[in-house]
Amino acid sequence: MSVIAAPRLRGKDLVGIDPLSPGEIQLILDTAEHMKAIAARPIKKVPALRGKTVVNFFMEASTRTRFSFEVAEKRLSADTLNFSASGTSVSKGETLLDTALNLEAMQPDFLVIRHACPGTPHQLARVLKSAVINAGDGAHEHPTQALLDALTIRERRGTLEGQVVTIIGDIQHSRVVRSNILLLSRMGARVRVCAPPSLMPIGIEALGCEAHRRVEDAIPGADVVMMLRIQFERQGRMNFPTGREFFDLFALTPDRLKLARKNALVMHPGPMNRGVEIDSRVADGPQSVILEQVTNGVAVRMAVLYLLAGGHGEPTAD
Amino acid sequence: MSRLLIRHARVVDPAQRLDVGRDILVVDGVIAKLAERIDDPAAEVIDAAGLIAAPGFIDAHVHLREPGFEYKETVASGAAAAVAGGFTAVCCMANTVPVNDNAAVTEFIRGRAAAAGLARVYPIGAVSKGLGGDSLAEMGEMFRAGAVAFSDDGKPVSNSQLMRKALEYAQIFPAPVIDHCEDANLAGQGVMHEGAVATRLGLRGIPAAAEEVAVVRDIILAQLTGGHVHIAHLSTAGALDRVREGKGAGIRVTCEVTPHHLALTDELVAVTEYDTNTKMNPPLRDAAHVEALIHGVLDGTVDCLATDHAPHHADEKALEFDVAPFGIVGLESAIPVTYNLLVVKHKMPLTRFVALWSANPARVFHLPGGTLKPGSPADITLIDPEARLAVNPERFQSLSRNTPFAGQRLKGWPAATIVAGRVVWRRER
Repeated sequence: MSVIAAPRLRGKDLVGIDPLSPGEIQLILDTAEHMKAIAARPIKKVPALRGKTVVNFFMEASTRTRFSFEVAEKRLSADTLNFSASGTSVSKGETLLDTALNLEAMQPDFLVIRHACPGTPHQLARVLKSAVINAGDGAHEHPTQALLDALTIRERRGTLEGQVVTIIGDIQHSRVVRSNILLLSRMGARVRVCAPPSLMPIGIEALGCEAHRRVEDAIPGADVVMMLRIQFERQGRMNFPTGREFFDLFALTPDRLKLARKNALVMHPGPMNRGVEIDSRVADGPQSVILEQVTNGVAVRMAVLYLLAGGHGEPTAD
Repeated sequence: MSRLLIRHARVVDPAQRLDVGRDILVVDGVIAKLAERIDDPAAEVIDAAGLIAAPGFIDAHVHLREPGFEYKETVASGAAAAVAGGFTAVCCMANTVPVNDNAAVTEFIRGRAAAAGLARVYPIGAVSKGLGGDSLAEMGEMFRAGAVAFSDDGKPVSNSQLMRKALEYAQIFPAPVIDHCEDANLAGQGVMHEGAVATRLGLRGIPAAAEEVAVVRDIILAQLTGGHVHIAHLSTAGALDRVREGKGAGIRVTCEVTPHHLALTDELVAVTEYDTNTKMNPPLRDAAHVEALIHGVLDGTVDCLATDHAPHHADEKALEFDVAPFGIVGLESAIPVTYNLLVVKHKMPLTRFVALWSANPARVFHLPGGTLKPGSPADITLIDPEARLAVNPERFQSLSRNTPFAGQRLKGWPAATIVAGRVVWRRER
């Protein structure tokens, strides 16, 4: 299977990986490679989105993703507005529809939304004319994260096809894992997920992966080991006993990493809980590409904005 | 003397094992006579050729929201929705503000219903004071004021001791205790059925086990006490199996199923991309549960159908899926939805279909009606089995429009609703 890039994105929005075809994913990754070149220039800016307005609407705490989008927007010369709060439309005292219509009244071209409630980007995309980009909706999807992960794997490995990617941690509460399973399986990679059964959602296999309950079964033969953040803020006290025990049973340690393919990549979407899901020796070791993921995040978000604005090929300088 | 003559109807009356062409004469609000041909020059005549005449349909589970939430529904608007949906009677739940946990509220609701003069409205009293779940409400006072059953619906009766005592105490009248079966800890913060669809959508799940654990407890307590427990909006295959076993063992357990749990699956949450009109509790289940429920209706394990009509204002539903309230309206779509599914698709005999909406709820809740035998109250639902219409929320009599059935074209709609011999609603041609 070799995937041919689509000529353009079909939808007005990027609400998830789920609506994307393999060709569209390929197009975004190819475009992101061009975008990376811009960051290497002395003047890291192109006029592609000059005169366009982007609203970064973050209803849930985020530093990395918000900054990454903002850098991407600025490098494309867009005007940006930032709104950060936490909670729901109710806690702001208005309906979601009112929130959407108020934003629309400012006539933005893009709405980048992060929200704790799954499906909020979809609900907004239905009523807004602007392009809606999902920057993470609850435990549902985080499409630009999966795209940047894919870009990182593709750069290092040359292809996604046939790669064995093991994703370990809090699968239940992770939007990163859902988007990654959908993307990687669509692009011909083999995905394994691993979590204590108390953090493994029912029917996850249907998204396109194998499910394991022991790290020792999930890692052997892996080309990539991706650790997920244990989201203590989303846990009750019943999903697993302690961070200490989680480390004992599930953390990526140097010994466990040895079970993977030689030179397997170590990835983490951040922020890391060192000493809970990942051993610092691994996080900072030679196989770690965790900071490359962050760099690639900017390129992927530039690509998504550029393509949704109707761009194609390589953006030109002034 | 008021006289009403319904001519050329196909009379379907399960209590008399009737499914035959008949004229029906109503005198002073009571069924006077059924015969092949009746002539009465003094009577107002309804030509019911091509229509089914059934004992008035009873919806044993609605939320009328008054007192307290009159912007969602009032007793009058709910009664108007009932008759426009083909129902001559409804039983309304106690979770109003103030709660219907005392005779004054029960009387207030009955007064509002009498003033509206449309459907009969039978209040259901709360099991516990203020729905607090820790002490019994004044069931006897409420029963005397017209309550027909007791329930904390909206909430489960979590305290097993309270449930035991309620099942014991309600035998004085006697009246059933209706339970909204849900283990609150297992249900957690869930917003849809736990399963592959919830996993894909990233929404927190409510496992079928949350309902089943509670159903099992209630059946055990019904056995212990000899009381009558009625399971509200039963929605899972396992719960149905437990009810079937309980009935087989002679335990006094009855149950109802809603039209939406029979007609829709959890896949609708995905297909509609998080439409909050697909959010209700219990949630839409997966296809295996739905199939089991249909089987349970066909094999007679399910006693009656009931809508769990739960009006919410559009503004309350225009929220994130996680925070929008649970519940959908049902009164004005229930008959066509169930007629299509059970009679058209599954070839259920009409007498059985009619029983599910009339004779059976009348029996379970000890209500008048449920039959067209001479001497019975003249509560009659006329159904046009050939009418094909789309569900149109814009034309609802209910104050709320929160339905997942909007736009569905269905066959078999109510044509007229007669309460105590008075035509209280007729479909405009």
